[in-house]
Amino acid sequence: MEKQAVQRAREAFLAGRPRPLEFRVQQLKSLQRMITDRQGEIATALKQDINRSQYDTPLFELIGLENEISLAVSKLAQWAAPRPVERNLLTISDQAYIQPEPLGVVLIIGAWNYPWALTLQPLVGAIAAGNAAVVKPSELSEYSASLLKALLPRYLDQELYPVVCGGVSETQELLRQRFDHVFYTGNSTVGKLVMEAAARHLTPVTLELGGKSPCYIDKDVDLRVACRRITWGKFVNCGQTCIAPDYILCEPSIQNRVVEGIRQTLLEFYGPDPKSSPDYSRIINQRHFNRLMTLLEGYTATVGGQSDSSQRYIAPTVVKDVPPQARLMQEEIFGPLLPIVTVSDIDDAIHFINEREKPLALYVFSSNKKVIRRMLAETTSGGVTVNDVIMHYTLNSLPFGGVGQSGTGRYHGKHTFDQFSHHRACLVKSLGLEEVHMVRYPPQNHQKVRRVRLAMRTPLVDFSKGTYIWAVTASIVALGLLVALTVILILAAGVSCTCL
Amino acid sequence: MNTPLDSCVIDRLRATFRSGVTFPEQFRMTQLQNLLSLVEENEQLIQDALHKDLHKPKFESVLSEIQITLNDLYFAMENLRTWMQPEYNIGKNLATRMDDCFIRREPLGVVLIIGAWNYPLHLILLPLVAAIAAGNCAILKPSEICQATEQLLAELIPKYLSQDCYAVLCGGAEDTKSLLKNKFDHIFYTGSQVVARSILLAAAPHLTPVTLELGGKSPCFIYGHIDIQKAAKRLCWSKFFNTGQSCVAPDYVLCTAQTRDALLPALRETLRTFYGPDPGASLDIGRIVTPRHWRRLMDMLEKSKGKVVIGGESREEDRYIAPTVLVDVQESDALMQEEIFGPILPILTIESLEEGIDYINRQEKPLALYVFSDETSVVTTVLNNTSSGGFCGNDGIVHMALPGLPFGGVGASGMGSYHGRWGFETFSHRRGCMNRSWLLERVNVLRYPPYSDYNLGWLRWATTFKKNSWGGCSVM
Repeated sequence: MEKQAVQRAREAFLAGRPRPLEFRVQQLKSLQRMITDRQGEIATALKQDINRSQYDTPLFELIGLENEISLAVSKLAQWAAPRPVERNLLTISDQAYIQPEPLGVVLIIGAWNYPWALTLQPLVGAIAAGNAAVVKPSELSEYSASLLKALLPRYLDQELYPVVCGGVSETQELLRQRFDHVFYTGNSTVGKLVMEAAARHLTPVTLELGGKSPCYIDKDVDLRVACRRITWGKFVNCGQTCIAPDYILCEPSIQNRVVEGIRQTLLEFYGPDPKSSPDYSRIINQRHFNRLMTLLEGYTATVGGQSDSSQRYIAPTVVKDVPPQARLMQEEIFGPLLPIVTVSDIDDAIHFINEREKPLALYVFSSNKKVIRRMLAETTSGGVTVNDVIMHYTLNSLPFGGVGQSGTGRYHGKHTFDQFSHHRACLVKSLGLEEVHMVRYPPQNHQKVRRVRLAMRTPLVDFSKGTYIWAVTASIVALGLLVALTVILILAAGVSCTCL
Repeated sequence: MNTPLDSCVIDRLRATFRSGVTFPEQFRMTQLQNLLSLVEENEQLIQDALHKDLHKPKFESVLSEIQITLNDLYFAMENLRTWMQPEYNIGKNLATRMDDCFIRREPLGVVLIIGAWNYPLHLILLPLVAAIAAGNCAILKPSEICQATEQLLAELIPKYLSQDCYAVLCGGAEDTKSLLKNKFDHIFYTGSQVVARSILLAAAPHLTPVTLELGGKSPCFIYGHIDIQKAAKRLCWSKFFNTGQSCVAPDYVLCTAQTRDALLPALRETLRTFYGPDPGASLDIGRIVTPRHWRRLMDMLEKSKGKVVIGGESREEDRYIAPTVLVDVQESDALMQEEIFGPILPILTIESLEEGIDYINRQEKPLALYVFSDETSVVTTVLNNTSSGGFCGNDGIVHMALPGLPFGGVGASGMGSYHGRWGFETFSHRRGCMNRSWLLERVNVLRYPPYSDYNLGWLRWATTFKKNSWGGCSVM
C-alpha cells in the first residue's frame, strides 16, 4: 500500500502537475482553508491526544502554520525565480544564475508533540517548492493522525500528497521506497535509522531531532521576568517541546530565588492545582509517563512532584541541586520536570554545556552584554533565544534546525522552500567572443598559459541594476564636469581675447 | 596507517577545535595565506606529481588544478570577513520588532575531506579552503590512486598549515573504512556512487551530515540552429580535457542525424588542430589513470555495438586511448550503462528534442547537462523539462569555474554543494539567534496562562504575517 502511494505520487509528479506556480498556490490556499474550516475538529483531536488546551492549539500549532502558508503564497514567485549571481570578465556577456527546482517525491515524517505544526509546516515548503509529498503523521497522536488522513485528501491533490498512517512497520516499509528527500522530526535513535535507510538510495535527509537544551540564568538579571518566561516555555504542552528549556544552570546564590520565581509563576498560570487547570496538558502515553516517573526516582521535588497515572498527569516539577550524573541529566527530559544544576560561574556553565552534545536550542538570561556575547561565541546549538525561551522558533526568517546530534538541515519560511529544492547552477553562454576562448584550446604554449591565468584571475563584478545605474550616473556626471571645465576654459580664453 | 593512530590524530584535532583557536578571523586568514604559499611556491613540484600520476599536460595542471585553487583562495580571503559577519538583514514581525534577530555562521568541528584521483589537487584543496574559512579543523584523505600527489600533499600540508588543526591521512580502501568508524562533524566526499553509499551508512550512526560530489552520465544536446564549428571546438575541449576523466565532462551527445553528419567533420578537424594527426604523440593529451581503468574503458569499447568513426586506437603500455567518437549508439549499448569517464564520445541520434528529453529523464539525474544551440527556445525547453546538478549552455565544464555558482549534484549525482561562498556555508552551521528585549513584558503577558480569547486575539494580530506590512508600530 505504501509502495502504491509513492508510485502514484511519482507518476503525478512526473506528469508535471505541481510544476505551475498557480497550482502550488492553489494547493496552499486550500490547505489554509482546511485549517480555518476545521479548527474545531483539530482542537478536539488534540484534546484527545494530549489534553491540549483550546488556546494552545491556535497559539502553538495553527498561527505559525497560517503564517507559513501566507508567506509562501505571497513570496512564491520570488522564491521560485532564477537568482542571478556575480560574473567575471570571462562570463560578462553570459547569463549566470541559480534556478531552484523541485526535487521530486519527498517523505515527511511528523512528530506527536505538535502533530499539526510539525507535519504540515514542512508540507507547506514541499508544496511551494513544487514537489509531491508523502505525509506520514505520528501514530502516537492517533486522533490527529486519523483526522489528517480523513481531511487532507478532501482539500489537497490526493495523488500528489497522500497521507500514510501506521506504526513502525509501515514506516519501515515507506523508508524502503526511494524518495528524493526525507524530512524527519523526532528523536535521534530513529533519526539514525532514517538516515541509514535513506543512505541506500543516496537520498538527502533533514533531521529535526532534539537534545538537552540548556538554560543559563546569570545572577545579574531580573529574575521575576526571567522565571516567568522560562516557566511558560518549560511547561507548555507539559514540557513535550523539542526546544523547551530542558534544565537550568545557575549559581548557587540565586538558586532559591529561581525556585521561588518559578513557584510563584506556576500559581499565576495554573492555580494551586494544575491538574484541574484547563490550560495544562498531559503526557502523551503510558510509556512516556513511566519513563518520566523513573527519571524522578530518588529525587525530592522542590516544587510539584505529584502525579496521577490514570490521567497521565505529572505536576509541574522543579528539582534543586541536581548532580550532573543524575538520570535526569542523561537524556532529553521531554516532560514537566525541571532540574536545576548549579555552576560556579559563566566559565563553568560554558564548560558544562560544551562537554555535552550540541543541543537544539540554547537559552541565556542576562542583562550583561559580555555574558551574552561569551555564551554565543563559546558554545554552539541549533538556535538561540536570549532573555526568553522558544521565541526564535516563531520568526520564520530565522532558520530552524539542529547541529550535530540535534539534527541536520533547517526550515521555516523560505528556508523550507530552499531545503526542498535543488539549486541548479546555470551558465548560458553564447558562441561569440570565441577569440577570448581560443587561449584555452590545445596545442598549448607558454603564452597561452599566461593569458589564461590572467583571464581566470579577473575579479567577480556585481552587475546588478543598482551598480549599473550608479556607474552610468557617475559617468554622466564626470562627463558633464569635463564639458563644463572645457567650456569654462574656452570662455576664459575667449574673454581674454576680447579684452585685448 | 592503523585505527589507533587515526583516533590519536582526530582526538588531537578535536582538542584543538575545542580550544577555539580556529575561530578568529585572523587565524583563518593566516592559514589560507599559508595554503596560498603552499600552492604558489610548489607549482613545479605539483605539475611534476600530476604528470607522473596522470600524464597531465602542464596547461591542464595550471588551468584546472593550480589556478582554480588559487582563485578560490583569493576569493575566500577577499570575502572571509563578509561571510563571517552575522546576518542581520532578516524580516521581523510586530512581536519581535524590538528584538535583535540574526543568523550566525559557526564552525562545525573536525571535518573529513576525501579527495578523488581525477583532479587530485583541487578536489581536495577547494573543500579544504572552505573548511578553513568556516573555522573547522580538517582531516584530508587524498586518493591513493595518485601516489605522487598523495605523497606531495602529505609532505607539504604539515609544512605550511597548523599541524594541530589539519592533518593528512593516507591509505587505501580498508584504511578509509576504519577511518570512517570515527565520528566527524561533516564528511565531504568526491567520487563514486558505490563508495558514497557506504560513506552515508558509516555517517548515519553518528548523525554526521555529508556532502557527496558524485557523477553520472552528463548529456550534451546539439540541436537546432548552431555554428557547428565553434560547438565542435568547445565540445572537444570539454570532453577530452583530462582525457575525459572529469565528473562534468559531456558523457554523450544527443542530436539529429543531420546535425551528426555536420558534426563529424567538424570534430575531426578540431581534433586534428588540437592534437595533430597522431594524438598519441601530442603533449597536450593525458593518459588513463591506471591499467584497471584503462581495461574498463577498453572493455566498454569492445562490447559497444556502435560504429567507431574517429579514433579508436589505444596502447596498453602507457594507458593511452585516442579521442574516440562512435555513432549509431543505442540506449542499450555497453557505453550507455555507466559513466564513461574516458576519451570516448558516443553520439545518439534523436528525431526530436522531446525524444532526447524523455531519454534523459529515464536516467538518473546527471551532474551536468549541456545544450549547444542558438535558439533560446531549445535551451529553455531543455532547462524546464530536465534536472541536473548544473547546466551550461553553449560550452562545457566552465560553469564550475564561476565561484558565484554552487557546484554540486542532485539525486544520484550527489547532495550538497561548494565553491566560493557555497563551500563556506557547507562547512558552517547557521545558528538562528533572537536576542529578546526586556521591555514590553506587558505584551508578553498575552501569551501566558490562564488563557483567554481576548489575549489570543491580540496575539494573533501581533504575530500574523501581513502581506504588505509597512513595518509600522501601532499597538505598542
